[in-house]
Amino acid sequence: MYIDPHVHMVSRTTDDYQRMALAGCVAITEPAFWAGYDRSSPQGFHDYFSVLTDTEPKRAAQYGIAHHTWLCINPKEAEDPVFAREVLEIIPEFLKCESVLGIGEIGLNKNSRNELEILEAHLQLAADHDQMVLVHTPHLEDKRKGTRLIMDAIKNHGVLDPNRVLIDHVEEHTVREVLDRGYWAGMTLYPDTKCTPQRAADIFEMHGTDRLWINSAGDWGPSDPLAVPKCRDEMRRRGHLEATIRKVSFDNPLEFLSQTGRFRIDVQPTR
Amino acid sequence: MSTSPPPLPLNRHAVVDRYFLEHRAKVLDLAAFLDRVDRAKPDAADSNRDFRLDSLRGAIALLLDGEPERAKRVLDLMSDPSTEPIAAAPMKGATGAWEGFKPDSTPEKETG
Repeated sequence: MYIDPHVHMVSRTTDDYQRMALAGCVAITEPAFWAGYDRSSPQGFHDYFSVLTDTEPKRAAQYGIAHHTWLCINPKEAEDPVFAREVLEIIPEFLKCESVLGIGEIGLNKNSRNELEILEAHLQLAADHDQMVLVHTPHLEDKRKGTRLIMDAIKNHGVLDPNRVLIDHVEEHTVREVLDRGYWAGMTLYPDTKCTPQRAADIFEMHGTDRLWINSAGDWGPSDPLAVPKCRDEMRRRGHLEATIRKVSFDNPLEFLSQTGRFRIDVQPTR
Repeated sequence: MSTSPPPLPLNRHAVVDRYFLEHRAKVLDLAAFLDRVDRAKPDAADSNRDFRLDSLRGAIALLLDGEPERAKRVLDLMSDPSTEPIAAAPMKGATGAWEGFKPDSTPEKETG
């Protein structure tokens, strides 16, 4: 039994829900993200948020998977602050939905001033509505700088409790600083551009298993919705205790996400 | 209460037994890639001086220096060392290496 706390099922087929259920997935959370193209209007985001809060939970429930979501405008679409603020205005109406866990995945992409401005606006939105936060950190060469800018922005904002914020996509050069500053951290298991299951297991061995989870971030690019069970298998093959494997793939996400009061794992298959 | 990191349960020989072939293949892929770059037709801006290749060569040298935390140091070497936000995002994607990397760069040095 496991939880995939970051996966973009809107980009995946129903077959993937079935395969994840067969592999032991009981719950997922799906952050709002860039769809691979820029949406041309706030209404496009309204439709997207409707898919995340209505369509996907029903699709997941067919296979006994509890679906939850986080809402935002992704930093890749934040370079136009006027447009981004229009999207932010429609988020509060969706925060009433029972499957919405908070604001995410917010953060930075290329570490620009406009991205930072919209990140700060999201932090204020989270504070205004007492929401938890899921943070996206930049890709590749931009990650270390962006991770530090994001943590500084949260600290400077001064309202959000780091224990209610998860900084995602950490790797060897960012994980220690994220944990030392009191945040939760997520490792994304990607074939090329983030952590492999082997490196994630290494990171657990070097940095511990507290406040740290794994996710597939499966989406429309090269990614694997079964990456979490593959990492569990890697840890098992190395000889790690079942309790350790369960902690990083079930207990930790359950502990963090339960702070929302909305996270559940008890969905019966509807098909 | 924090818990100690779970130690790697395998001994050194078992690690080599389990992962050697996989990483032998990766080294061969890397060697073949560098050969492919050399065989490719040169362009005006001598592709052999591409900052990504310079970073990769720097990373390869780092692997053999005998110091720990190689993965972290490779990622640091390929990271943008600046600390201030940029004026505007020039694109959505990332290249995988810092454009300003020079073969004699000091990875940990950061600039505003």
